[in-house]
Amino acid sequence: MSGIILPGADGALYQRNRDWHPPADTPGYKSTTFRAPKHALLSLGGTASELTGPTFGHSSINPLDNDLIRNYSQDGSEAIGQRMIVYGQVLDENARPVPDTLVEFWQANAGGRYRHKKEAYLAALDPNFGGCGRTITDENGFYSFRTIKPGAYPWPNGGNDWRPAHIHFSVFGHAFAQRLITQMYFEGDPMIWQCPIVGSIADKSAIDQLIARLDRHNTTPMDALAYRFDIVLRGRRSTMFENKLEGN
Amino acid sequence: MLHPVPTLKETPSQTAGPYVHIGLTPNFADIKGVYEADPGSTMLTPDTKGERITIAGRIFDGAGALVNDALVELWQADGDGSYVAPMGPNSNSAPAFTGWGRQPTNAEGVFTFETIKPGPVPGPDGKPMAPHVNLWIVARGINIGLQTRLYFEDEAEANAGDFVLNKIMDPRRRLTLIARKEPGEVPRYVLDIHLQGDKETVFFDM
Repeated sequence: MSGIILPGADGALYQRNRDWHPPADTPGYKSTTFRAPKHALLSLGGTASELTGPTFGHSSINPLDNDLIRNYSQDGSEAIGQRMIVYGQVLDENARPVPDTLVEFWQANAGGRYRHKKEAYLAALDPNFGGCGRTITDENGFYSFRTIKPGAYPWPNGGNDWRPAHIHFSVFGHAFAQRLITQMYFEGDPMIWQCPIVGSIADKSAIDQLIARLDRHNTTPMDALAYRFDIVLRGRRSTMFENKLEGN
Repeated sequence: MLHPVPTLKETPSQTAGPYVHIGLTPNFADIKGVYEADPGSTMLTPDTKGERITIAGRIFDGAGALVNDALVELWQADGDGSYVAPMGPNSNSAPAFTGWGRQPTNAEGVFTFETIKPGPVPGPDGKPMAPHVNLWIVARGINIGLQTRLYFEDEAEANAGDFVLNKIMDPRRRLTLIARKEPGEVPRYVLDIHLQGDKETVFFDM
């Protein structure tokens, strides 16, 4: 079945809704003051350079890469903290799963301390916790990893600002212009609503998209709680090659 | 219906924060033994075809300070102007050239990619675009990844006809995307990125 060429159906990505994202300059988050570009972004419709992107074979990933409880174990011990599984589906704006894409994550340990030489917080390091991991989505766009719940921690921004417990995510998609970094928060945490970095997002329902839900059905009994965090990447308009009889 | 109406909204961005190197270049951040090598740290193999080059630069903030906690990713075509075809999910063989690199800025705020010079890529009108690489920059204080391009000083004729460069009305701002060439056995192309100020780099909504 050859496709029908529809007006405007050029396979470009939907334009990014910049109002849904944080603006560059958010005074409440002071680090943006000298790092936010002042000129308006120059609008550029997608070319091959933006509509293609790197891909990663499943064979490039080791079995422990998605297990932060064990992937930095120095002496065979497991990381300290509340054990949990984080999982979810990577979709595009057309609600189509994004299979075979690299998802990376990093976080503080259970005490809220990062394993980084510039980190000055007094909470102790856990010798068996490195704080990074990765996986590749399956054919239905699902990812999962095992970790411990990160602690909240104070940071030098205002006089007494604390970051809510969170996990950083990096996702690729299939086009370089879909590239996304974000942070996942935990359902029910009152500190979400006091955080200047969370507050860089204007729309409360956009913030809500960053909050993982406790999922009792997928807990591992006597072992780990489960949290579900779905991620939506920019969607693409159809191309003639993608049009099938049943539509898409 | 012309095309499907998006039913979901893109997940909003959040800053990569001060510790992005932990997550994306852990070996550089001294977290050893989790990954054999940092992803994207090597773009070349002995089988890569094309002219070897180095792409390097510094990142400056609006106060003129070097940004030493950033992460830069690079995506480019091969020497023939083709982007690498997607690998199958069960692919075991890495392509000779991935086209993708990832580097931290170091303590001096410098990023460095060892790569090849890309060929011209067809633009939307079928006319070739000047050789370029795409750059994506994240760091503490950057709320959403910054997208830009790097062009090559020694491609003056192609640059003059490039439709993206020509979208930039102020010719002085065009220069913020053009890397200067330092000749050598492996030519070095140098482009400083300025997040703010008189020399602010042109960033794109792409």
